[in-house]
Formats: sequence, C-alpha cells, structure tokens
Amino acid sequence: MALLELSGVTMRFGGLVAVNALDLALEPGQLYGLIGRNGAGKTTVFNVITGVYRPTSGAIRFKEHSIVGERSGKITRRGIARTFQNIRLFGEMTVLENVKVAAHCRQTADLGSAVFRTPAHHSEERRVDEQSRELLKIFHLEQFGGEKAKNLPYGSQRRLEIARAMATLPRLLLLDEPAAGMNPQEARQLMDLIRWVRDHFDMAILLVEHNMKVVMGVCETVHVLDYGATIAVGTPAEIQNNPKVIEAYLGGA
Amino acid sequence: MKALVRAVALVAVLFVVSGLLTGSLIESVSISPYFLQVLCLAGINIILAVSLNLINGFTGQFSIGHAGFMAIGAYVSSFLSITFGDRIRGVVSFAPEAVQNSLLLLAVLAVGALCAGAAGFLVGVPSLRLRGDYLAIVTLGFGEIIRVFIVNIDAVGGARGLGGMPKLANFFWIYLFAAGTVAVVTRIVGSSFGRTLIAIREDEIAAEAMGVNTTRAKVLSFVVSSAMAGVAGGLFAHYLIYLHPNSFTFIRSFEIIIMIVIGGLGSITGSVLGAVLYITLTEGLRQFAQYRMVAFSLLLVILMIVRPQGILGHRELRHFLGKRRRASEPPPPAVAA
Repeated sequence: MALLELSGVTMRFGGLVAVNALDLALEPGQLYGLIGRNGAGKTTVFNVITGVYRPTSGAIRFKEHSIVGERSGKITRRGIARTFQNIRLFGEMTVLENVKVAAHCRQTADLGSAVFRTPAHHSEERRVDEQSRELLKIFHLEQFGGEKAKNLPYGSQRRLEIARAMATLPRLLLLDEPAAGMNPQEARQLMDLIRWVRDHFDMAILLVEHNMKVVMGVCETVHVLDYGATIAVGTPAEIQNNPKVIEAYLGGA
Repeated sequence: MKALVRAVALVAVLFVVSGLLTGSLIESVSISPYFLQVLCLAGINIILAVSLNLINGFTGQFSIGHAGFMAIGAYVSSFLSITFGDRIRGVVSFAPEAVQNSLLLLAVLAVGALCAGAAGFLVGVPSLRLRGDYLAIVTLGFGEIIRVFIVNIDAVGGARGLGGMPKLANFFWIYLFAAGTVAVVTRIVGSSFGRTLIAIREDEIAAEAMGVNTTRAKVLSFVVSSAMAGVAGGLFAHYLIYLHPNSFTFIRSFEIIIMIVIGGLGSITGSVLGAVLYITLTEGLRQFAQYRMVAFSLLLVILMIVRPQGILGHRELRHFLGKRRRASEPPPPAVAA
C-alpha cells in the first residue's frame, strides 16, 4: 500500500502545463528523489501535494485519503510536512519558537487554555518545550535556541527548516532543495542527517535537489521530470545510465 | 493561587487609588476633575491600543476599523442601561446601590463586548482573506458602515447623539479593565496559540504549511480584539454619559493606530506607553492652540525618522527588568563574576 499516490496529476497555469499527467507512488519509509532541470515542475509538484495549488486534474491520495482541495494546514495535520526552497522561517521569532509553532498542530492548547493557563496547559507547554529542544539537538541547533531565526547562518537556517517541519510529526517529509547553498562538507553532513532522520523517525522522504551527489547518494528511487512529464523512474544507477535523462540534462548529440 | 492573590491585590490597589483620586477617601489629595478625566480617557485608550495591537502588531493584519467595534460596544451597552437599567437593577434590588451599579455595568459591558465580538466575526470572516493594503481598506470601510448605521438608527439618537445613561464607569472600573486587557493579551501572545499568531505575522504561507489553521487563528484574534474594543466603548459611554457618532469616525481608528505605532507594533508595554503618551501629547500641546496638530504631526514624523519601529519595538517591560524571564527562554549565558 502506497503512502502517497499521485495519479494523472496535471497542473496548468493558463497555457503553461507545469505538471503533466504525473504518476508517482511513495512507499512508507522510502527515500524518493525528484529531479529535473530548472522549470521542470518539481516545486510545483510540492505545492500541489501540500495544497498550495489545487491540481487542474488528477488524484492525490495520502494514506488512502484524497487530499485534493484541502487546505495546506489540514494536509500538514494529516502528516505531510515540507521545507521551502527559498527559506521561509519566522524571522523575528527565536529558533526554539520556530519549532514550537510547528508543534502547535499536535497540541490541544487553544485560546481558552492560553487565557486561563490551566494545569493541562502548563504540562503541555513543558512537553512541547522538551520535544522542541530535543529536535534542535538532533539538528545541531541547540546552541542557537534563543537566537532570532533571521540571525542564523544560512546552513543552519536550512537545518532549522527541516527541524521545524519535523515538529509537525509527519509521516512524509518533503524537502525542497535542502542542500542549496551548502558547501560539499555541509552537503555530506546533510546526507547523513537525512538518512538518520528517515531511519530514526520511520518516515518517507521526498527530496527535490539539484546537487546530484546528494540525490544519488541518498535516494533509493529517483524520478526525473522534464517539462512537467516523467521521463524516467528507477534506482540511481539506472537513472545515471538512462539515455533520455542524459539527453535532457546534457542536450541531444 | 498566586494569580488570584495578585488579582485581589490589584483590585484593592485600584480601589484605593480611585478613592484617593476622586477625593472620597481623603479630601486633600483630590485632584482636578480635568486631570482625572484625562487619566480615565488614557485608561480607555490603553484598552483600545492593547487590543488593536493583538491584531495589528502580533497577528500582523493591518486593521483600521477599531472605532467601529468600539462604537458597537458603546451604543449597545448604553441602549441597554438606558432601556433596561431599572429592570436589571430590580433583579438585584436586595443589594446596596453601589453593588447594583457594578452589576449593571458588568452586565451591559458583557453584552456590548459580545455584540462587538460578533460584529468582529462578521467583518473578519470575509475581510481577513485579504492582505496588507486591501485588508486595511476593507476594515476602514466596515468601520464607517457601522458608524453610518448608527447615525440612521433613531432609537439610539441617530445624528443627535445619545444621552441619559447612568454614570457607572469611573477610574476604578476603567483601570481594572485596562489591567484585565493587558493580562489577557499578554497571556495570549505568550501561549502556544499566540506563537501561531506571531508566525502568521512573520510568514503566513509557512505558518499554514506548519499546520496552523491561519484563517481560524486570524478570525479568533480579530474577534477577541473587537470584543475588547467593545468593552472600551462601553466604559467610554458610561464615563462621559453622552455618545455621538462623530466620536467613532475613522479618525478615532487612526488615533489608536498612532498609539500602537508610537509605542511599537508587537509590544504590549509599548501600546500602554503609546496610549498614555498620545493623550499626554495631545493635551500638553493644547497651549499651541490651532498649531496643536501641526506640532503633533511633526513629532510623529520625527519619531518615524529616528525610530521607525516605535519606542519599544518588539520589547516588553520584562526585557528591561531582566530577572523575570519566561521559562521557555534559556537562562542567560554565564558571566565570570
């Protein structure tokens, strides 16, 4: 049974077909890479899955539920979390608070408990505080806990994006170019982190990335898009030797 | 338990101070009625500024309709106390008159706040889909619609204004509600729900992607903010015992915005400071007669050039006191003694 299943998903913007009849199936615990040239429609696929856009046609099922037309927040609460290609942290909030905001969707706390500060509110706050610090530790951010997110170095901001997404307790994590702007050493550490997170939290990860070392090193299945359509799906080794992929990336001879 | 003790202490202090100010306890410390009225209006401004800051400063939704919700609270509570005041008193006729007055005030304020909150819900649901300038324009429009409605309702005096309500509000009640507003807003923004509001201000798309139901959170904070404006309106009405629709034009909304911008959007301490400073400046500049607003505008321009984030920016009183940190914040780094 697939965790996430896209069948015949098409996304049109006016005359432009950004995603064309895409089929994609992700098993629980799978590390799945989505690659393609600039403008191939990778980020659009993310936006369609997370409800930012409603697909023009096609079906998206997550844990056997159709999630087409649901709000982003609802889809996140169902268990799909994401990071953003152009970092979207809550800049004026501290690193710890960034993570806690994401934890809110698994809390019962609301306006009432905020005003009356019930005992349940206090114990939940403590629990969220512990969990959030734990996540910061995993992503080597604990020393920045009280720092404003906007003041973090770039690589740390990228890690915070992942930590924040993890705080929503997802079954599926969508990473949009997590290695962008990282040096080779940071990228290697990121690969280890992605693998560790997958094993430790038993989630599926869908990865969009331009850094081929990262994609080929981490993913079990690689899916290549070109002009919104699938041109190949397979293991990293198969993809590297696929003539269609080589043509799309390097141009025809 | 500690909170209860603090609340009782606050009520006692306010009660004594209001007694001193109005001269009923000690004749010698009584102050001029003018100064007392300025103090009371400052208290009402504090309620308005702190509540508007919840939506403008913390949730980041620029609303210019606060005067409209204040008007609803003022008119609904006044209509009730004028029309049903005696009947409500009759229900508690066994109690002494002071208690009767207090209960009547609380009852009409509650209904006024409910109506203002309901109006906030009706306005908020459609308009909070908009952002930035568009939201500002729509809330400005709704604020004016509310006022024009009132002008055309004869039962509340229409354009003649409304008088005849009992003088129920005083220094004590105004500052009790001001303290209550500060306490409630402080607790909201310091909570898990409050963090989602600030997250919406910082990046709405990311907040939604992190599982926050942004529409619900925005509407909720708008409703709370409107209800508090309704309380401020009710106190205003029962303090001045006369209402006129012209008190609730968009200029009043702008005044409240100026208060929170002076103090710092996103700072509760700043809103309190801004509210007091605003009335101090407008009253203090009276000597400049017709040049008063010129001088005031100049001061604002200078402030915006020197300190665009407002006097306090995002900081609160506790950041200056230093020692009472929230549990969620890490302890300060160790410094060699």
